Amino acid sequence: MRLAVDTLSCARGGLPVLAGVSFAVDPGQALILRGPNGAGKTTLLRTLAGLTPPLTGRIDAPEDAIAYAGHADGLKAQLSVAENLSFWADVFGAGAIAPAIDAFDLSALADRLAGNLSAGQKRRLSLARLLVTGRPIWCLDEPTVSLDTDNVARFGRAVAAHLAGGGLAIIATHIDLGLPNAQSLDITPFIARDTAPGDDPFLMEGAL
Amino acid sequence: MKGLLLRDLSLAIRAGGGFGLGLAFFLIVTVLMPFGIGPETPILSKIAPGILWIGALLACLLSLDRVFALDWEDGSLELLATSPLPLEAVAAIKALAHWLTTGLPLVAAAPVLAVILNLPGDGFFWLVASLAIGTPALSAIGTFGAALTVGVRRGGLLLSLLVLPLYVPTLIFGAEAARRGVEGLAATTPLAMLAGLTLATLAAMPFAAAAALRVNLR
Repeated sequence: MRLAVDTLSCARGGLPVLAGVSFAVDPGQALILRGPNGAGKTTLLRTLAGLTPPLTGRIDAPEDAIAYAGHADGLKAQLSVAENLSFWADVFGAGAIAPAIDAFDLSALADRLAGNLSAGQKRRLSLARLLVTGRPIWCLDEPTVSLDTDNVARFGRAVAAHLAGGGLAIIATHIDLGLPNAQSLDITPFIARDTAPGDDPFLMEGAL
Repeated sequence: MKGLLLRDLSLAIRAGGGFGLGLAFFLIVTVLMPFGIGPETPILSKIAPGILWIGALLACLLSLDRVFALDWEDGSLELLATSPLPLEAVAAIKALAHWLTTGLPLVAAAPVLAVILNLPGDGFFWLVASLAIGTPALSAIGTFGAALTVGVRRGGLLLSLLVLPLYVPTLIFGAEAARRGVEGLAATTPLAMLAGLTLATLAAMPFAAAAALRVNLR
């Protein structure tokens, strides 16, 4: 289990955003992506997760190993906290939701509708979903948004436990999570200079 | 896969889920029709199969933009796309859930509403049979249309314009089967054509919808 990226170029909305990104992450390691707003951290994570095909380069990772968490929480407001988690546990076939509920201190909220949660509570539920996926590679995009300091620490412990269990994580964040074995990658040098649209007709501006 | 179906069904039934929207529309259209056309029963019974079919089709259309748009807005669609479920299965389950919450209630309500339109007794079987065979195609085609327009803000208009022409063959054969049944003519040929259309749609739709979703998720 290792994630290696070789001279990867990725695009968003038809425009190349990053070019020549190469890195490797070993089990137990975390990679923190840094860079100014708009540098392409989200695009890189979406490409790793398989949502956007890379323009060039290759991603070496086992199939179906990546769990992605983006800006949107992906929760259903009409379902309770436990129902939301059970749904994802069922989709990923990973089993029990109790450890995930405990890890993010959601047991008091388990029966509450997700629509009635505060922004920080929604985020905790969204992060708890990572635990029920049972997947070894976490690709997280600004995971600590709207979390308070206690819960940032709680999240840091969950990531550390994931890494200790042989998992790996790629996290775009601007704050220090206090992770052991964390290497940092500043993507500013990889920002694509060439802003011509890619040659994929489906990615051209206004194609749909 | 079962989990996704159950989730979609329970979301449809809970508050704000839109279950009953199509059914209410179908009810309104068919109940208003005699008021608009007049109480002459021979005319009503002649146009009843067509009105019921058009009513069912428009009722189906009404709830299509919810198929993927809600999951798109809250980010669930991206998470489903990165899950072990293939997008083809997601599309097929979405279509099935749409049919169970919209198409099936329409099929069940049609014979009741047919009484208001004075449908002759012979026609009830053919009406229900044609709707039961035809409405899955409406849901499947509609799911494909919803997949095509998923990233478009307020894409309802575009969705209707895309889907309506694709609905025409189903409407022609479905209404024809019901009309022939009412008039006591042999209705098996249009019914077989309708079944063929539905089966072809069901076979091709998941792949087309999944391809459209992949492009829209980029």
